[in-house]
Amino acid sequence: MNIVACVKQVPDTWADKKLLPGTMTLDRESADGVMNELDEYAVEEALRIKEAHGGTVTILTMGPSKSTQTVRKALSMGADAALQVTDDALVGSCVMATSRVLAAAIGTLEADLVIFGSETTDAGTGVVPALVAERLGRAQLTLANKVEVDGSTIKVNRLTESGYDLVEAQLPVVVSVVEKTNEPRYPSFKGIMAAKSKPLTTMSLADLAIEADEVGTAGSTTAVREATDRPPRGGGEIVTDSGDGAAKLAEFLHTRKFI
Amino acid sequence: MAEILVLVEHDAGDVKKVTLELLTKARDLGEPSAVFIGPGYATAESVLKEYGAAKAYVTDAEDIASYVGGAADVLAQLVQSAQPAAVLTAATPVARETAARAALRTGSGMLTDIVDIEDGFVARQDVFGGATIVRSVVTSGTPFLCVRGNSFEAHAAPAETVREDVTVELTDAVKAAKVVDRVSEVKSGRPELTEASIIVSGGRGMGSGENFTIVEELADALGGAVGASRAATDAGWYPHQLQIGQTGKTVSPQLYVAVGISGAIQHRAGMQTSKTIVAINKDSEAPIFELADFGVVGDLFTVVPALTQEVRTRSPR
Ligand SMILES: Cc1cc2nc3c(=O)[nH]c(=O)nc-3n(C[C@H](O)[C@H](O)[C@H](O)COP(=O)(O)OP(=O)(O)OC[C@H]3O[C@@H](n4cnc5c(N)ncnc54)[C@H](O)[C@@H]3O)c2cc1C
Ligand SMILES: Nc1ncnc2c1ncn2[C@@H]1O[C@H](COP(=O)(O)O)[C@@H](O)[C@H]1O
Repeated sequence: MNIVACVKQVPDTWADKKLLPGTMTLDRESADGVMNELDEYAVEEALRIKEAHGGTVTILTMGPSKSTQTVRKALSMGADAALQVTDDALVGSCVMATSRVLAAAIGTLEADLVIFGSETTDAGTGVVPALVAERLGRAQLTLANKVEVDGSTIKVNRLTESGYDLVEAQLPVVVSVVEKTNEPRYPSFKGIMAAKSKPLTTMSLADLAIEADEVGTAGSTTAVREATDRPPRGGGEIVTDSGDGAAKLAEFLHTRKFI
Repeated sequence: MAEILVLVEHDAGDVKKVTLELLTKARDLGEPSAVFIGPGYATAESVLKEYGAAKAYVTDAEDIASYVGGAADVLAQLVQSAQPAAVLTAATPVARETAARAALRTGSGMLTDIVDIEDGFVARQDVFGGATIVRSVVTSGTPFLCVRGNSFEAHAAPAETVREDVTVELTDAVKAAKVVDRVSEVKSGRPELTEASIIVSGGRGMGSGENFTIVEELADALGGAVGASRAATDAGWYPHQLQIGQTGKTVSPQLYVAVGISGAIQHRAGMQTSKTIVAINKDSEAPIFELADFGVVGDLFTVVPALTQEVRTRSPR
C-alpha cells in the first residue's frame, strides 16, 4: 500500500506570531519551525498501518526550504521517502491553493491512502484534508480518532459534535486524524542516522504544472485587510484564601450578575 | 433584499443555539434562508419561523446525511441556483469542512473563526489563539463565513417560513464515504461547550476523575457546562470531547471558571476571549492569574465546594 502522510512546519506555539505588514502573511522566517503537532499523529498512524499491512510511507510537505527539518524528523520516525514542494510563489497561499498543490503532488505519488493531521496550529482551519478529498474525488474519512484497515476496506470513527460516526469506504481514501488517535513515537538514534540517507525529492510549481498566479497571495480567495493585537487582559483582583476566598469570589460573581 | 443562506446545525431537528444567532445576524445583513439537511424538519420548523427565516431549503432524504460531504453537495447546488450574497455556517470542524468543499466547488473563498461580520461581509476573526484580531474579506465568488458560537445574541423576529424542497444528486466522491453507524455519547444534560454562557473547567489540580464532581456541582449550580484541560483529558479523567484549548474546543462564554488549571499558552488559546475569567489555583504564580478578572489563591478542594454552596444560597435553581 502506498501511504502518504502530509506534514506542515509551523512556528513554535511559544513563539510570538506576527503578520508581516504589507503582505499580511505570516512571518515564517523569524519564528522557530516545528512539525505541526497533530501531523505527528498522522505520521504515526501511517507507520502503524504500514507495519501491519505492508507498503511504503512517503512524507509530503509544502513550505519554504527550511521545512526540510520537519521532513527529516518524519523520516527519522521511520517514513521511507519524502516529497517537498517549495516555490517562492507559494507564499500567502490560502486553503484553496494549498489543497490544489497537495492534490497535484499526491497525484504524482499514486497514493492509496493519504493521512493528514486534522488541523494546523498556525491559524489553520482544519479544512485542507476535506478540500484534498474534494479535489481528488476520493472518500473523505476526516476527523478520525480511530482508523481500521481491513484489506481494501477502511473504517474510521469520525468525531462529530454529539459523538462519532462510523464511516466506511474502499481505498483510495483521504484520512485526517485528531489528537489521541495514537501515541506518536520519538525518533530513535538509529532512525535519525537512517533518515539522512533517505530519498527527499523537491518539486516546484512548474513540476506540478501549476501557474504562479493560481496560488500564493495572487491566487488567494481571501484577503486580510487589517490585523491588530488583542489588548492584554489582566489587572484583575487576586485574593489569597484565608477562609473567605469563596465568599469574595461569590460577591464578585454577584456584581457581574452571574449569581 | 439580498438572500443569505444559513446552514442549520441540528440534532434530528433540535436546532442548535448557534443557528439562531446566525439567523439573527443574517436578518441584519439581508434576508435569511435556512438550509436544513437531514431528518427532523417538522421539529425544527417552528424555531426557524420564530427566528425569522424567510425561506427554508429542506433536504430530508435520509441518505444525504449518511454520506460524508453530502451537505456540501446540497450547499454547492443551492449557491449555484439561489446565488445568495453570502453563506453562514457554524465554525464546528464538520461545518467548516462542509463550507470548504462547497466553496471550492463554487469558486468561492471561505473564512473561519469569525466573531463578527461587518458591512460588506468584512469578517472579524480571532487568530493565533485569540492573540490577534484580523479583519478579512472573501475576494472570490460567494463569501462562505464560518462563525463561532456566542458571537451574536439571538433575538426572535417571527416570519412566515416558505418551505422549498430540494433534491440533490450526490457526487460519486461523496457516495464513496458512507456513514454506517452513528454513535451519540451520553448526554450530561448540561449545555454544549461551544454554546454555553458559563463554563467551569478542571485541570490537573483535580487529581482524579472522581474529583470532577466538584467542578460538575459548581457548573450545575451556575447552570453551566464542564470543560477540562488537556492534562485532565490525557489522564483519562474527563472525555477528550470536552477539552478546551489549541487542540480542543475554542470557547468564548460570558464566564469561564478555571479550577486547578495553570493557564498554559495552549489552554489559553481556547478560552482567552471569554468575557469574564475567574481562576482558582493554589499557586499564586500560575499564569492563569494574568488573564483573570478575579482570582483566588487557595486549595480548590475547599474553595470550590464553598463557592458552590454560596451560589446555591444566592441563586437557588
Ligand atoms: C501542541 C500542543 C497542544 C496542546 N493543546 C492543549 C489544549 O488544547 N488544551 C490544553 O488545556 N492544553 C493543551 N496543551 C497542553 C498544555 O501545554 C498544558 O500542558 C496543559 O494545559 C496543562 O494542563 P493543566 O493546567 O490542567 O495542568 P498543570 O499545568 O499541571 O497545572 C495544574 C495547576 O493546578 C494547580 N493545583 C494543583 N492542585 C491544586 C489544588 N489542590 N488547588 C488549587 N490548585 C491546584 C497547580 O498549582 C497548577 O497551576 C497542548 C500542548 C501542546 C504541546
Ligand atoms: N503546507 C502544507 N503541507 C503539507 N500538509 C499540509 C499543509 N497545510 C496543511 N497540511 C495538512 O492539512 C492538515 C490540516 O491543515 P489546515 O487545514 O491548514 O488546518 C494538517 O494537519 C496537515 O496534515
